[in-house]
Amino acid sequence: MSEVRTLVIDGKDVAATSDQTVLSAAEENGIHIPTLCHLEGLSDVGACRLCVVEVEGSPKLLAACATRVEEGMKVTTSSERLVAYRRNIVELFFVERNHICAVCVANNHCQLQDQARDLQLTHFELPPLHPELTVDATHERFVLDQNRCILCTRCVRVCDEIEGAHTWDIQGRGANARLVCDLGTPWGSSTTCTSCGKCVQVCPTGALFEKGRTVAEAKSRRPYLPYLVKAKRQGS
Amino acid sequence: MATSTFVGRSAPSDDKRWRQVDVRMRRLGYRPDGLIEVLHTTQEVFGYLDDDALSYVGESLGVPPSKVYGVATFYSHFTLKPQGLHTCVVCTGTACYINGASALLAAISKELGVQPGATTPDGRVSVLKARCLGACSMAPAVVIDGEVHGHAVPARLVDVLEKL
Amino acid sequence: MSTDGPDGSAPVRHGRQPEPLIPDGPARASANVCQAAGCLSMGSDQLFETLRAAVLARGLHDVAVRRVGCLGLCAAGPLVEVPEQGRLFERVHPGEPKRTEDLVSSLAGETVAGRSVAADPFFSHQVKVVLERCGTVDPERLEDYVATGGYEGLSKALTSMTPEEVIAEVVRSGLRGRGGAGYPTGLMWRTVAKAEAPEGKYVVCNADEGDPGAFMDRSVLESCPQQVLEGMAIAGYAVGAHRGYVYVRAEYPLAVKRLSSAIRQAERDGHLGPEIAGTRFNFQVEVRIGAGAFVCGEETALIASIQGGRGTPKPRPPYPASSGLWGCPTLINNVETFANIPSVISRGGDWLNTIGTERSKGTKVFALTGAVTNTGLIEVPMGLTLRQIVFEIGGGLAEGRKFKAVQTGGPSGGCIPESLLDMAVDYETLAAAGSIMGSGGMIVMDDRTCMVDVAKFFMDFCREESCGKCLPCRVGTEEMYRLLDRVTTGMATRSHLAQLEDLAAMVRATSLCGLGQGAPNPVFSTLRYFRGEYLAHIDDHVCQAGVCPVPAGPPAGATEAALAGTATVSSGGRP
Ligand SMILES: Cc1cc2nc3c(=O)[nH]c(=O)nc-3n(C[C@H](O)[C@H](O)[C@H](O)COP(=O)(O)O)c2cc1C
Ligand code: SF4
Ligand code: SF4
Ligand code: SF4
Ligand code: FES
Ligand code: FES
Repeated sequence: MSEVRTLVIDGKDVAATSDQTVLSAAEENGIHIPTLCHLEGLSDVGACRLCVVEVEGSPKLLAACATRVEEGMKVTTSSERLVAYRRNIVELFFVERNHICAVCVANNHCQLQDQARDLQLTHFELPPLHPELTVDATHERFVLDQNRCILCTRCVRVCDEIEGAHTWDIQGRGANARLVCDLGTPWGSSTTCTSCGKCVQVCPTGALFEKGRTVAEAKSRRPYLPYLVKAKRQGS
Repeated sequence: MATSTFVGRSAPSDDKRWRQVDVRMRRLGYRPDGLIEVLHTTQEVFGYLDDDALSYVGESLGVPPSKVYGVATFYSHFTLKPQGLHTCVVCTGTACYINGASALLAAISKELGVQPGATTPDGRVSVLKARCLGACSMAPAVVIDGEVHGHAVPARLVDVLEKL
Repeated sequence: MSTDGPDGSAPVRHGRQPEPLIPDGPARASANVCQAAGCLSMGSDQLFETLRAAVLARGLHDVAVRRVGCLGLCAAGPLVEVPEQGRLFERVHPGEPKRTEDLVSSLAGETVAGRSVAADPFFSHQVKVVLERCGTVDPERLEDYVATGGYEGLSKALTSMTPEEVIAEVVRSGLRGRGGAGYPTGLMWRTVAKAEAPEGKYVVCNADEGDPGAFMDRSVLESCPQQVLEGMAIAGYAVGAHRGYVYVRAEYPLAVKRLSSAIRQAERDGHLGPEIAGTRFNFQVEVRIGAGAFVCGEETALIASIQGGRGTPKPRPPYPASSGLWGCPTLINNVETFANIPSVISRGGDWLNTIGTERSKGTKVFALTGAVTNTGLIEVPMGLTLRQIVFEIGGGLAEGRKFKAVQTGGPSGGCIPESLLDMAVDYETLAAAGSIMGSGGMIVMDDRTCMVDVAKFFMDFCREESCGKCLPCRVGTEEMYRLLDRVTTGMATRSHLAQLEDLAAMVRATSLCGLGQGAPNPVFSTLRYFRGEYLAHIDDHVCQAGVCPVPAGPPAGATEAALAGTATVSSGGRP
């Protein structure tokens, strides 16, 4: 039961339904807001903070992906300040883990790399953290390279919400947070994974990839997620 | 408040202590949202949470293993490793920090050779940190085997620990 | 329930304890023995038994020996108050029989000893609303609470007021949340009351008390748990909820024990449970124990934790008032906020409104600690000055030490310098000074404290407690910590300082929850008032307080080449 709302995004009058997010209202009207943790068809968590926007009357920045439209809202999606923060965010992703793109399977097919390019980020000033993390290649078809993981939890959500397996979750907290399979056990010995490959499909970086394939090949099938979601909704 | 269907898995071993865990789970109606409380009980009974315990609790409550693991590693109260014979908790809250908690940790690390979070190689003492024990008026505070020692002094603390 | 967890929470004794001695007629003198955590850990439970035995042995039939909650002056425990004589006995250690003997002869009326309470500024500046019964009632006896007017507010609300009238009274009182943010309590209640709730509503008491260096909520729960339960039940009636949770941190086993016992007793006597005060209103309270995560004090994380999950916050809106526990409208208030409610209802909102300042009404409980003479728990009217609190109530600093700053608001708060000591303590003034009221930790620092090290200490706390969900806080706190570490070890240049300030601004603006948004605050406030100390570390390699291991001699980073590794393109850093 959704009602119509009117709002202003970047000076443009926009109509949306009350169940829509600021992000989706913007996209529908051709206004692009950068995102990483958001993926159409999955629940939103507001974790990467790349999509933060200014909303008149709110002292805080809000994540466009996790904020519902409201009547009379005035949204700014791109100001000098916002762009500066977004560049900072992408820089922090790069200093957090070891993303040496040149030797990554996802090179040129990575959404983090895309963001850096769009924001014209050429070098980083902050000291890198780059802990040495594990690569789990025990699954017969897939690999998890923690060093490329940005903790967006898309894989966690697709595996839980769409596949219903809930193989992935996050362990630890703060800088020690890591993607984890079952009880911290190798993916290859997972008792919950159905090997459906959805997590690999949705990973924005080269953290999850298919053995013997370039990510480019695997990722070319990405649009299938919305169909799956639709099919699932109609089925239930 | 979904109630999971109880899968009826039997306890990992015939250790009598599992009964306490079972009782707790039954009282909570095997609800998945009782996970933290059941983990509390399990740790109280066994001292720590091992893989058997985590998977048994998860299966009984209908919580996926990765979620159980995620919860158990999120909270600093839960430990997945057995603890030493004795525990020494050094408060590193603000009041204790102002009054010299770092000197206590430095002394422990120098004399006993353990960092917070670790146990001495002989398994005798586990050293832990806490962020405020609510004993700020006696800062710096240390808790040794459940007993609060206020106004702790490095040399004396090391002495007490070595004589445990 | 266990006696102590791996976090080293203090032990809790179970089983039957000796009954208090209460004379049949009025007591000529009473020994009120503090049984809150501070004094207990110094042996006050043993002291109680010793005193009881001594009074019995001497046949003092008109002398009472009772257990009470926190007496306030925690550092001088074990404490015993003799209210009839207006005296407080300090450091009555079981190991020092002389002090116990003095106390007993005082009780017998033979001598007059102890610290006189009436003339003592530690006590005379205080106004007790929340702590009204702390130190006078037995925390484990419902009878004591009821005998001092307890549950009158609840029955008044249930029998003579509509829910909206209750809310109006809370609005009129001007009460604001005591958990940190200071949101007007009455407005919050009204929002929850109006929310549609086909599946019910909840009331949650936030007793996570994560600020390291604060123990107000602990003392209230250990000293007078019934008052908090009464406040919750009134809230339940006002907003239309029938279930409540108290979320207590795992480090407080004694609070959990007393609270659980209080719930049982209140249910037994019909103050909680079905048909309260003969009306059709029913309200049940359950205790949930945290497991060691500061972020679980944040309301959406707290909800996730009560539901058995990882305590990671969610973007707001939606606020818990519309979608909280299991998606139902949920009222979340702090322990101290709830503890104010019974008096607001029984005495009326106007009564509380007369205490305090224009926009900050009532009192605030503080845990006064650090480099101050009288450390302990105090309750003062809003608007008292910092100077009055530190130098009159707190008795100033130890001989020969020089005041440097007061820290309020914990890891999201700030440090207030000497030049601002005359400012009033209320929500607005503290915010204007770059700190926050916070939950009530107040830590006094002297000239032996390095302010850069303080900023680093809080950043260390935040990076350890960051839930890790959102990027700015997860990585930003870690990076800020490393930059601060560079300053304290003499490895920083002014460009590192600029990086620190930029990063701090970005983390504050973009983090998901209050933990990340507040984490840069200690950096900002120390830079605002103590920038000179930062520069002394950077330019001159001097730590004025003598705390930091800055190497002597010219700064190592004097040559720009030494910085090349970090300040410019990092290896592999090119996307
Ligand atoms: C990181 C973080 C920690 C918090 N910790 C606490 C806490 O320990 N106790 C508390 O009452 N409120 C805490 N709060 C504030 C709560 O989110 C919430 O505002 C408060 O419980 C509302 O109650 P009040 O209006 O009565 O203050 C915390 C907030 C944040 C962001
Ligand atoms: S392959 Fe499918 S089931 Fe296995 S982890 Fe990935 S999404 Fe989950
Ligand atoms: S593995 Fe990929 S999808 Fe999963 S959290 Fe990491 S970056 Fe995101
Ligand atoms: S700000 Fe910190 S604590 Fe809050 S959600 Fe982000 S990572 Fe978690
Ligand atoms: S896309 Fe909105 S926070 Fe990540
Ligand atoms: S800071 Fe150590 S007990 Fe509170």
